[in-house]
Amino acid sequence: MPGGPILQRLTDQFGAGLVETHEYRGDTTAVVERRVVTDVLRACREEPALGFDVLMDLTAVDYSKYPGREDGPRFEVVYHLYSIAHNHRLRVKVRVDEDDAVVPTAVPLWPIANWFEREVWDMFGIRFADHPDLRRLLMYEQFVGHPLRKDYPINRRQPLIGPKA
Amino acid sequence: MSTRETREFMLGEGSGTGSGGQTLQLGVGPAHPAMHGIIRIAAEIDGEYIRKADVEIGYLHRAFEKDCEVGGYNNAIPYTDRLNYVSPLINNFAYASAIEKLLGIEVTERCKYIRTIMSEISRVCDHLTCVGASAMELGAFTVFLYMIKAREFLWELVEDVTGARLTISYGRVGGVKADLPDGFAAKVATAFKETREVLDEVHRLLTGNRIFMDRMVGVGALSREETLAYAITGPLLRAVGVPYDVRRAQPHWAYDRVEFEIPTQKDGDNYARYLVRMAEMEQSMRIAAQALAMIPGGPINVDFEGRPLDPAAYVDQGKQGKTEGLLLHTIRLSPNLQGQNRPAWEQVNTRDKRVILPPKETAYGSIEGLMNHFMLIMEGYGIRPPQGEAYFAAEGANGELGFYVVSDGTDRPYRVRCRPPCLPPVAALPRMIQDEMIADLIPTFGSVNMIGGELDR
Repeated sequence: MPGGPILQRLTDQFGAGLVETHEYRGDTTAVVERRVVTDVLRACREEPALGFDVLMDLTAVDYSKYPGREDGPRFEVVYHLYSIAHNHRLRVKVRVDEDDAVVPTAVPLWPIANWFEREVWDMFGIRFADHPDLRRLLMYEQFVGHPLRKDYPINRRQPLIGPKA
Repeated sequence: MSTRETREFMLGEGSGTGSGGQTLQLGVGPAHPAMHGIIRIAAEIDGEYIRKADVEIGYLHRAFEKDCEVGGYNNAIPYTDRLNYVSPLINNFAYASAIEKLLGIEVTERCKYIRTIMSEISRVCDHLTCVGASAMELGAFTVFLYMIKAREFLWELVEDVTGARLTISYGRVGGVKADLPDGFAAKVATAFKETREVLDEVHRLLTGNRIFMDRMVGVGALSREETLAYAITGPLLRAVGVPYDVRRAQPHWAYDRVEFEIPTQKDGDNYARYLVRMAEMEQSMRIAAQALAMIPGGPINVDFEGRPLDPAAYVDQGKQGKTEGLLLHTIRLSPNLQGQNRPAWEQVNTRDKRVILPPKETAYGSIEGLMNHFMLIMEGYGIRPPQGEAYFAAEGANGELGFYVVSDGTDRPYRVRCRPPCLPPVAALPRMIQDEMIADLIPTFGSVNMIGGELDR
């Protein structure tokens, strides 16, 4: 299914839950509100006509230094969905503020979300509600801060935590 | 009559708490040879069976995504070499293609073919390393040596084209660094012949070998549903019978113009993965050979009038302002720059002046070329895609390799996200090794083909 009808279906079903939709460079994107994101993802996975059975990627972007978006919601959590049966893709995005950076987990829908969400928590400090095991994925436990945030300087050094003396 | 029991005691038994009543925590890696030094598996074992496992990664994390945000768009090319260091060419091209998608530009036909050919050579290298290393971990050292020998033939091809063997940095946004060298097709044919012989030998050594099959058949299996739920792509997905391949589903570069098959298996165990990889190498060589036969542009004939100039003299003339007619000269380039003279440059690079550095002759021989070069190199200028985002997927050796790039309109990427193809299978590793024996951890881990560079980024 091309991008237009996919977005149309989502608009019909979720109406006000969709903040905006666009197609750019052949990528179809739907920005949804946080309260409906689980429902949108479930509909994407379970409706036969959409059939997005693979959560290809889950990541986040920190928009705090993006021209024109400094004051808006700071983070965007980005889901890339793919359907093996229909061979189409969809990008679903959720915007969250810094002081309330929590998104419902997608682990019940796709187990791979477990690691992807752990990485997003590690790198951006976005929490995923009801995640079974929200630990850091790439950095070590004692690491302070979230390195992919725009206010984390690239040259900051932290002591590696060695074995206890 | 002896009453002695001859039953074997398992680890963890006989400790007074009753058989099987106690489990043992066993840490495998990161300093374990089969863990490649960059992964730790905390296994809970009951006897010789793994009951639960937790995989710890991040030992090779080096802030790839953060680093990309600091420099210009082309500055990230060398970092992408180090994502999958066994098939770096695919990473280069996939990253470059993501930026091209963001910019909305097309590369030349010849460049698409070069990307296809070099990607397939890389894929064969990757599968050779994966199968060879996992066979070695099962004790088949000969196979490893044979396959590394074959990889050597292919790496010589890579060296011919890119000038390096491992960290090749050959892709560029809008093209590639240099054209293919003269006589490349013949060299490829020879190397493929050698590789096919090695593959035949390996088939005779492994496929059907009782010891090998005992270790691989039925081990580390995942069901079709679980494989999809874990977003596993590439050979592991095709080993459960799903013929998903980005090269076929959403053809990039020249994949829609070549014929190839997508090998699949049904069982999803380590043996199926081995068979898929072995079959894929043959298909990759087929693709590369077809693409080489079809590549447009033909041989590069340096056709010029007048004498070839020494590069130093050429630069001197340009600096003195004697640029009249200078552009018509062809300079005698050093062998290091083979394939980068102007005619070759025109064949492999897009004509878009916003992204591609002009050839050296133009940069030194004309004011327009110099300005073009200057604009692309100076900080704050460079490649500046319009604000927006794009996701580009290529078929990496391990599965779908995706780059998600967000641009804020400046000369530096606002965000670069690499979707590493080997992260999902590593995330699913605890499921694959659950309730299997410790010894089976090694072939299963080998079949996942964990590449630390892209896993930890």
